[in-house]
Amino acid sequence: MTGIVLDDVHVRREGRHVLRGVSVRLTEHRVAVIGANGSGKSTLARLLNGLVAPTSGRVLVDGLDVARHGRAVRRRVGFVFTDPDAQIVMPTVAEDVAFSLRGSGLSRAEVGARVAAELERHGLAGHADHPAHLLSGGQKQLLALSSVLVSRPDVVVADEPTTLLDLRNTRFVAQRLAALEQRVVLVTHDLDLVGDYERVLVVDEGRVVVDDVPAVAVPAYRALMGAPVR
Amino acid sequence: MTAGPPPAMAPPRTSTSPVHRLGAGTKLAGLCVCSLALLTVDGPRGAALAVVGVMAVFALAGLGPRALWAQIRPLRWVVVCLLAVQWWVLGPVEAVVLSTRLVALVALAGLVTATTPTAQVLDVVERVLRPGRRWGLDPERAALVLALTLRSVPVLTDLAARVRDAQRARGRERDVRAFAVPLVVGSLRRADALGEALAARGLDD
Repeated sequence: MTGIVLDDVHVRREGRHVLRGVSVRLTEHRVAVIGANGSGKSTLARLLNGLVAPTSGRVLVDGLDVARHGRAVRRRVGFVFTDPDAQIVMPTVAEDVAFSLRGSGLSRAEVGARVAAELERHGLAGHADHPAHLLSGGQKQLLALSSVLVSRPDVVVADEPTTLLDLRNTRFVAQRLAALEQRVVLVTHDLDLVGDYERVLVVDEGRVVVDDVPAVAVPAYRALMGAPVR
Repeated sequence: MTAGPPPAMAPPRTSTSPVHRLGAGTKLAGLCVCSLALLTVDGPRGAALAVVGVMAVFALAGLGPRALWAQIRPLRWVVVCLLAVQWWVLGPVEAVVLSTRLVALVALAGLVTATTPTAQVLDVVERVLRPGRRWGLDPERAALVLALTLRSVPVLTDLAARVRDAQRARGRERDVRAFAVPLVVGSLRRADALGEALAARGLDD
């Protein structure tokens, strides 16, 4: 069974009911998740690779239960965080990408070749031996993306990957995501990015309230956010 | 091909000097030997020799006086204080010899850092710690901790600078607590985020 399945998922964290019964099956190549701050969309993203466990209900990725096979699922599902500084764990650019291949059983030369190819693909080849902290914000996010892609996941989940970026870098990172052959689940506040997506979920107060194509979901979200605050 | 994001820094000077080309293990061992040798220096002539020696290896690495100063600059106030105290306690000659030893040592350590890729240093650490396996030490994990530490220095420096700016913007630059509390809270949040990132990247065993 392929696809990502959420089956009546509830998440409670520190007394808060963050997700209240989400059931969806995601089989599309491009899925976007939009919603207000605190709506639960970030938690929804973290469920998909087991960073957050459901309090009740089940999450399956290509038939694997995330709660039971966390490791195997994380090998399939790459995760891009909002703040690349939180995700970059090694001091230099190439080392950080190589870190994702630890324990992959590849030889040193193979690791080197794959890292070089990945950096080349994202325009970072000239920065391979630079300290990661000297990269610009956009370059850091591209490094984070390279480090995710080098281990060749089947699905890339990105949690607001462009929130900290300027317009030019936002477009660049969005183009990179759009060009991926992998399935992408993009959580974002940037409604301009979701126009080409096949399916958009609108999350509000822990529930999926709209599940449709962008042409329907985005206006519905705008209307929802335009409504007076209760 | 789409245009890349704007570059954020000048390309590094790649060097092929003999010092750059030496293996990390050799350099670290050499640093150990030089440190021990420096401990035996106790006269002005020895100190002068040490200074000449340090300048010579910097020159060999293709690094000028500016690079040398960059390595020892952070020490300047410590050295001034030490020098004053030693001058008072031991006299001028001893004070200058002892301070020179310290500066030479830091300069050499800085040279090793500046000419050796971190990855190579980590490899050496991993290799040196390998016998520790017998006592339950995991060399890969130890090297990882070292790498994470190195990576955390600029991240936390950045955080500290941001907290200081925020304090200044609110006119509280002299308030130690207003600096320390957000810094500690911010660091702990970073640690959480790092844990999450490590798990997401497959280090959850």
